[in-house]
Amino acid sequence: MADLSVNFAGIRAPNPFWLASAPPTNSGAQIHRAFEHGWGGAVWKTIGAPVLNISNRYAGLSIAGQRLLAINNVELISDRPLDVNLREIAEIKRLWPDRAVIVSAMVDASPEAWREIVMMIEDTGADGIELNYGCPQGMSERGMGAAVGQVPEMCELNTHWVTSVTKLPVIVKLTPNVTRITEPAHAAIAGGAHALSLINTINSIMSVDLDTLQITPSIGGRGTHGGYAGPAVKPIALNMLTELLTDDLVLRSGVPVCGMGGIQTWKDAAEFLLLGAGAVQVCTAAMHYGYRIVEDMIDGLSNWMDDKGFATIPELTGRALPQVSSFGELDLGYQAVARIDPDKCIQCNLCYVACNDTAHQCIDLVAGNGVRVDPGYDMRVNGKAVADTRPTPVVREPDCVGCALCANVCPVDGCITMVSVPGTQQSVSWDALTAQRPEIASSWDAMMAYRAEQGIEIH
Amino acid sequence: MTDHTLVDDALPDRNHSPDTQYPYDLRFAPTHPPLSAHEATVEAHRCLYCYDAPCIQACPTHIDIPTFIRKIATDNLRGSARTILEANFLGGTCARVCPVEELCEGACVLNAEEKPIAIGRLQRHAVDHVQERGVQLFQPGTPTGRRVAVVGSGPAGLSVSAELAKLGHAVTLLEKRELGGGLSTYGIIVLREPVEVSLREVDAVRALGVTVETGRELTSRDTLDALLSEYGAVFLGLGLGAVPAMGIPGEEHLIDGLQYIEDSKIRPASLADAQNVVVIGAGNTAIDAATVARRRGADVTMLYRRTEAEMTAYRHEYEFALSEGIQYRFLTQPVRVLSEGGQVTGVECVRMVLGAVDPGGRPTPRPLPGSEFVVPCGAVIKAIGQEKPALAAELGLNVEGGYIAVNQDMQTSLPRVYAGGDCVRVRGTASTVMAVQDGKYAAAAIHGQLSAAQETAHG
Repeated sequence: MADLSVNFAGIRAPNPFWLASAPPTNSGAQIHRAFEHGWGGAVWKTIGAPVLNISNRYAGLSIAGQRLLAINNVELISDRPLDVNLREIAEIKRLWPDRAVIVSAMVDASPEAWREIVMMIEDTGADGIELNYGCPQGMSERGMGAAVGQVPEMCELNTHWVTSVTKLPVIVKLTPNVTRITEPAHAAIAGGAHALSLINTINSIMSVDLDTLQITPSIGGRGTHGGYAGPAVKPIALNMLTELLTDDLVLRSGVPVCGMGGIQTWKDAAEFLLLGAGAVQVCTAAMHYGYRIVEDMIDGLSNWMDDKGFATIPELTGRALPQVSSFGELDLGYQAVARIDPDKCIQCNLCYVACNDTAHQCIDLVAGNGVRVDPGYDMRVNGKAVADTRPTPVVREPDCVGCALCANVCPVDGCITMVSVPGTQQSVSWDALTAQRPEIASSWDAMMAYRAEQGIEIH
Repeated sequence: MTDHTLVDDALPDRNHSPDTQYPYDLRFAPTHPPLSAHEATVEAHRCLYCYDAPCIQACPTHIDIPTFIRKIATDNLRGSARTILEANFLGGTCARVCPVEELCEGACVLNAEEKPIAIGRLQRHAVDHVQERGVQLFQPGTPTGRRVAVVGSGPAGLSVSAELAKLGHAVTLLEKRELGGGLSTYGIIVLREPVEVSLREVDAVRALGVTVETGRELTSRDTLDALLSEYGAVFLGLGLGAVPAMGIPGEEHLIDGLQYIEDSKIRPASLADAQNVVVIGAGNTAIDAATVARRRGADVTMLYRRTEAEMTAYRHEYEFALSEGIQYRFLTQPVRVLSEGGQVTGVECVRMVLGAVDPGGRPTPRPLPGSEFVVPCGAVIKAIGQEKPALAAELGLNVEGGYIAVNQDMQTSLPRVYAGGDCVRVRGTASTVMAVQDGKYAAAAIHGQLSAAQETAHG
């Protein structure tokens, strides 16, 4: 049985599954219930300046009948009075000493405002502070949240105000609504941050209702941008996490990163951990299904770690990072081709149409007698037996560029695989090649000459 | 109501839908209820949207099934219905009566791994959507000044009428009975298709400008010649005749299976109830008649002179009958109907043994001498096939195996006379969907003939 405990910037927890600062961590009663379900920690919903929330607050993304692949919110920070939150934080920490209790905060950009709230948070006995530099909606217009996170100087200054007055670990939560995520990260580190977390929500308009012609959510006939989260944002979050954990300055600083963004299952969490997250935070999945999902997260991660021989979380943290490269470092000589397993193929021909219409026209339809045929059917023939004489898609391997579109559209697990084959081109990266022969990058004639040398034929 | 087989004939008014003109008996509630909007969406999203899909080819009318299903998935129900009805004007009936296991669903690629898409039920979802709202998807074509008479308003007649009307020809549809729709109206049990659905299709043809004249019967060569003098072409959709006589003592007590089904739809109160009902035959009509009797509370036994292996009923129909609690007695030949005072008391049968294989590929049954026994019952229904169109000879048409002989264009041996549906047998087995396709072929041929004639006239 794997040990799931974590020590994240000095904050200890029995497992890496923490609830993110959001509606699921709005009150002591909620967090108490969440901890009963097994969550390893919780980041208290952001406390700070007085706010008025609005109705309604959420819009959902449904695709193919599946609900809530993402959520978009125009909710603000906690609308409960500061003293109520602080009292409940202290109570929760007293009741759950082994769990990570972190308090998210957001106040006006002044040293006094930050000092005041930091002192109050310290008094609760909480394990750490998370600075919310992320929320893109509502608070940014008041100079807080993403308004801080998007300006590195503000990010550094605000962080410094906090780290200079507290002995608690300080996590800076970054907004993804920037061009280069490393810039606010560097600023937070310069400001003395002990850890980083990302991603906060992404600016979004979820949808327009085609019956009412209203933007959703429609708030009295008006709509605004909201913060986008949920399974649909996971790839963006994984990329930003990877950008931080492959950045020299971040690596040298040694600050851990807490990953979040679309984590719905233990598998999602394992991916974040493999790309270097020291712990993970979850929000939308809990909003969709309730706190109970953590049981499978813990159980599934533990079973997978046992299967893979990982005894502890640090053993697997960052294990996938060494593969991360720039395009220029990839091997141009590597060649993969698609191969279709005829026994698994159900002849939906989606690979055929995808390749033929939008890729490289290297899949043929082949009849039972081995003859290449065109799609189409005999109008006078019908009945279920026609399914037995369907032509089968077959890859013309010499023409396959290995784009993998067919493997991605194939609905059958393991039917189309990308298989490594000996390449025709020398094994060399673009960076190395253009360092030796810079003209290849600037002259089509030089490029064509190189291709001729290598026997590369573009179909 | 806990047991629908025990209800009294006199059903409460609440079971009589105000929307239906014909008595609605809950015991005949459709076997497959309509899909809810959510069910339809989820099911539509299961469809892989195959390219050059086998279901399209398997359908005798070649409905573009993946396209209509995709349109359901995108909430484009009107577009979906149009895709269906363009290929098959009787898409509403076919959605209910087609042997989908033998056709589209039987060819679905998902049969390889899981269960096929419920194509029939999805088709019904889309077509019902427009037909229940009275949406007219098609318009009569620009008038050509050409006239066509169609005899018989069953599926073939409706199909050819609709296609010709869309091409601008003036169509007069003659129907000998009181209601249009033919087999769909009179011969399909309510469990599959209520009368209203069939009549909606007659109305849809009317809406295309087709003149429907009921109570008009074609009885002689003279009437046909009269039609030919008045119309540019005549299409015969005559269907088949009554269940043939068995030539056994007590024949007069036998109930015609088709008449029984008709009565169950049009005048259910007239059906005599018996505790024990015997059905002679094992085809699909026999199963339908048995189902009606069973749903009306009778113990039903089907007698068939061969074995399960030789039955003409579809496998799924046989299994459906078994699930309804219908009994089968194979290798049993009725030889006499027993009665007392005009009331049927039983059927005397003889056991059969299978002998040599006949030219049709089925073993010939022969009686086992001295094996006579009696099956006690209060009513006997015969459903041993239908008489071939006797009118064909009267009209001077060539016949093939008793059916009206036609070529691939559905032309009979008489110039300008076409035929289709059950009265011909161009391909495979008789079914509504085949009749619809016959109508399409005939319409194309008639259109070609009329257009050529018009050019000559103008030339």
